[in-house]
Amino acid sequence: MELFLPESGLMIWMLIGFLIVLLILAKVGWPMIMGAVSKRNQHISDSLLAAKEANEALAGIEAAKEKAIAEQQAEQIRIINESQELRKQLIEEARTEARNEAEKMVADARLKIQKEQTEAMNQIKAEVITLSVDIAEKLLQRELADKDAQSRYVEEILKENQPHIEA
Amino acid sequence: MKCSLRHIILLFLLTLSFVAKAEEKESLDVKSFIFGHTGDGYCFHITEIKGEPVCVWLPVIVHSKETGWHCFSSKHVCELQEGETYQGFYIAPMTDPKHPGKLVEVSASGEVTRPFDLSFTKNAFGIFLVCGFMLAFFLPAARKYKKDPMAVPSKYQGLVEWLTYMVLDGIISPSIPKSKVPKFAPYLLTVFFFIFFCNLFGLIPFFPFGANVTGNLSITLVLALCTYVAVNVLGNRHYWKDILWPDVPLFLKFPIPLMPIIELVSTLTKPFALMIRLFANILAGHIIIMVLMALIFIIGGMYGAGLGSATSIISIFMMVFMTALECLVAYIQAYVFTMLSSIFIGMAQEGEEEKKLVKS
Repeated sequence: MELFLPESGLMIWMLIGFLIVLLILAKVGWPMIMGAVSKRNQHISDSLLAAKEANEALAGIEAAKEKAIAEQQAEQIRIINESQELRKQLIEEARTEARNEAEKMVADARLKIQKEQTEAMNQIKAEVITLSVDIAEKLLQRELADKDAQSRYVEEILKENQPHIEA
Repeated sequence: MKCSLRHIILLFLLTLSFVAKAEEKESLDVKSFIFGHTGDGYCFHITEIKGEPVCVWLPVIVHSKETGWHCFSSKHVCELQEGETYQGFYIAPMTDPKHPGKLVEVSASGEVTRPFDLSFTKNAFGIFLVCGFMLAFFLPAARKYKKDPMAVPSKYQGLVEWLTYMVLDGIISPSIPKSKVPKFAPYLLTVFFFIFFCNLFGLIPFFPFGANVTGNLSITLVLALCTYVAVNVLGNRHYWKDILWPDVPLFLKFPIPLMPIIELVSTLTKPFALMIRLFANILAGHIIIMVLMALIFIIGGMYGAGLGSATSIISIFMMVFMTALECLVAYIQAYVFTMLSSIFIGMAQEGEEEKKLVKS
């Protein structure tokens, strides 16, 4: 049947047409499209990879930052605690020192008072002695008959010596 | 619903008038009607106005053994009355047993022979239409890509890219070793889109489309031949060794080279199957649509206009369905041809890389 017999003329036209298209497209068609698309795909995947790496790096930086912040906070707390301790210690020290000083001062004062007391006592004693000796001297100098006159005389002497005693 | 019912009735009445008109003429010659439309032709028949055919006349180029080259418009031979010749040529009728519908030459002795026919026929026109379309479709995209490969692709580039990579990633890359893809992808892509566009253009029923290009054996023969060359001529040493000295027991190949002969024949049957598959599928689709069309006029001629137009409703629905199916077939056949071609090419390219791997 005619339908199943190839026509040489049509085959020649087909060969010409098909080969022209094939040559043109193989030369300037498909390689350009494929090349550009694969190039672009490469570019996109490279960019995605770079973005991923950048993201990872960023995450690392973030983590480092947080770590640093945490370290700083710990340091801060430590310093605060230390200073509080130091303060307490200082206060304690100051308090003890003050107490010691006060005790020392009190003791000193007591010692001084005692000393002054003793001195005063001694002075008084000395005064009393001098007075007694004076009185006795006067008594001895005057011979007194009665007792009344004697006591009056003692009082007189005492009166005479009043300013002296007060001083 | 009411509206669509009215449309159907209108359609019915419309076909009634056509069938009634067809009935007036002599009954339809179904065979010449179908093969006239699915086969090749010397002119592009568009329609008929008042009995006069409206055609696009294509050039007839023939070489006669006696009178040499002739080149004239097909108008001269198409409009000949029976018994007349133009420069000694005439187109044999579809009923002619030897060369139905072909240009024949009457020699001086009255002998009817077929000259060497290089006429730019309907199918040749269809081929160059598709070729021109492919170049116009793909080259601007390629130029854009060449100019700026990193640019954001336009919608048109996206379409080209999608089509190209559908074939490249779906058919070619899985079948061919990766290093050989750049070598064979251009051929396979061109084949795919050539067949696909030919199939689709063949389904569009008006000028300048409608040529049944891929449903013609000459075209599929050339395509299969190209695949044959790509497989066997560009095949590697390992492939040829497998054909001429396959890994089978010695008695199968030594005194009588049984296996080599089988292998050699199989290299021929593969492209042969490709050729027949594409040709038969597309031709069958066209014939079914033509038969459904002819059915209206056959029934109309046999049982009157009423039944004919009743048939027309069914026929038209069937034709719509078949045309939709043919759109699918257009893609599938292009896909199958390309896939099998790439598998055959891939098989002829394998082996060397494996050997290298084994050595290293």
